[in-house]
Amino acid sequence: MATTLSRPEPGDRTRSPGLRAALPLAAAFAAVLALSVLSLFVGASDISVQRLLEDPEAREIFLLSRVPRTLALVLAGAAMSVAGLIMQMLTQNRFVEPSTAGTAESAALGILLVTLFFPGAPLTVKITAACVAALLGTGLFLGILQRIALKSSLIVPLVGIMLGAVIGAVTTFIALRFDLLQSLGVWQSGDFSGIMRGRYEQLWLVGLLAVTAYLIADRLTVAGLGRDIAVNVGLDHRTVMAVGVGIVAVISGVTVVVVGMLPFLGLVVPNLVSMTVGDHVRRGVPWVCLLGSGVLVLCDIVSRVIRMPFEIPVGSVLGVVGAAVFLYMLLRRNAHGAR
Amino acid sequence: MIELTDLRKVYGDDTVLRDVSLRIERGGVTSIIGPNGAGKSTMLTIIGRLLKADGGRVTVDDLDTERTPGREMAKRLSILRQENRFTTRLTVRDLVRFGRYPHSQGRLTAEDHRHVEAALGFLDLEPLADRFLDELSGGQRQRAYVAMVLCQDTDYVLLDEPLNNLDMKHAVAMMRQIRSAADTLGKSVVIVIHDINFASAYSDRIVAMRDGRVVHTGTPEEIMTPEVLKEVFDLDVRIEEVGGTRVGVYYR
Repeated sequence: MATTLSRPEPGDRTRSPGLRAALPLAAAFAAVLALSVLSLFVGASDISVQRLLEDPEAREIFLLSRVPRTLALVLAGAAMSVAGLIMQMLTQNRFVEPSTAGTAESAALGILLVTLFFPGAPLTVKITAACVAALLGTGLFLGILQRIALKSSLIVPLVGIMLGAVIGAVTTFIALRFDLLQSLGVWQSGDFSGIMRGRYEQLWLVGLLAVTAYLIADRLTVAGLGRDIAVNVGLDHRTVMAVGVGIVAVISGVTVVVVGMLPFLGLVVPNLVSMTVGDHVRRGVPWVCLLGSGVLVLCDIVSRVIRMPFEIPVGSVLGVVGAAVFLYMLLRRNAHGAR
Repeated sequence: MIELTDLRKVYGDDTVLRDVSLRIERGGVTSIIGPNGAGKSTMLTIIGRLLKADGGRVTVDDLDTERTPGREMAKRLSILRQENRFTTRLTVRDLVRFGRYPHSQGRLTAEDHRHVEAALGFLDLEPLADRFLDELSGGQRQRAYVAMVLCQDTDYVLLDEPLNNLDMKHAVAMMRQIRSAADTLGKSVVIVIHDINFASAYSDRIVAMRDGRVVHTGTPEEIMTPEVLKEVFDLDVRIEEVGGTRVGVYYR
């Protein structure tokens, strides 16, 4: 057997970063919790704690619409951000996420096709179709990536955005021919105003998948080091790729069906976490979940109050916020002269 | 012992490895030299199971590298290729910890931690241990990756052009560390290297390749002759003896 490197002193101080890492996380958790509570009490109909206690009708609205909406925001925000994180690790590219890889657009195409051929199909069938389509679309994207020689960090997302645009164009064309443009709009733009009890529960599955990412975190980190290193340390690279892409496809498919596309979230959130916490997935996932939930809940609050009593889709707010943060990231990279 | 039997690799019409058979003995430093396109890196990459051969087989201590499970191989043989363009934001220590992955699957034991600290110390990385990889210079990063494969604690360590991007001082330091990995840690190190003088000064054996074939194997004394080098590189090389090491002079 191989000779052991001989040197004493294991670095004890680094082994249990426990409390030092847990405190900021607890603070972030409290912040997301506070935002969620705020989200519960913002909206067209006036609901206060006092009314909740006195008025059974207010209580009914609260449980029927407000609580599901906030839960949906928290779950979808965390899951879409984790989907972005997984894709960035698997492709070794910081600019890849479901909406820059054709994943989300494929999901929308999948639902459209089901709506077209099986108009009365139950939600489960639509979700399954969206997930399968998202999987195929992402697979196509990865297949194209394998065939192109130049994999500079900006070419990869460009390929994905182009693929997404082509799939999106096909989708729009079909929708146009069959008078389904309006339904298409619902899937293409993330919106939580229609969320009610009985119409969001699928998102729990998506939240569960975000937790799964934590369970395979080390494998994802190793995959992020590249295929060579992954194979060198004995990781089954192909399986990890397949599992990762599967998780991303299901998260994207379910989210697009239930609330519509949520662009930029999977791009901005993991990058902000990477800048501060780094790319160690096991350490990053809790932060990505919290930040993703927090950002989405906040954007949703903005979308509800900015034109009171009307709402604008949260996807639009996300687009503006996401683009701004994304530009900042790009400029910051250049300022640091990084690759 | 690493044994190659009739190893063949073809890219389209281009045969990169032509039925190479070779034995690399256990222990010491083995350098693979040869001109560009000789098939050196391809051969190393196949031995390290990062690339599939089109024919022939590789065994490491009688284990077929293609049939043995990846995790088992990863405890016996490690390979590091030239640095890839994407730099993960991991700290040096975290990177080195992933060298223990084949042994611990991410749950590090006290012994794993000992290996990590030892590898960091071996490559003088303690002051940089908590820095992020993307904040280091190319040479420092190279050292971190080498620490990772040493931490993997395999009998065989394959390094593809470990001196790439290193200046003279760091190149010498790297070669000393490779030498000492063989001498004090008992590793069998196989490197692909362009600088024949580094190969001459630090290796126990040299494998010379050309056009997808192994044309010579031997000690530095046997390989560092004008005749052999002429045959391998198609270049006139004068050989001088400096401080007990054969040095090739080929600059003009």
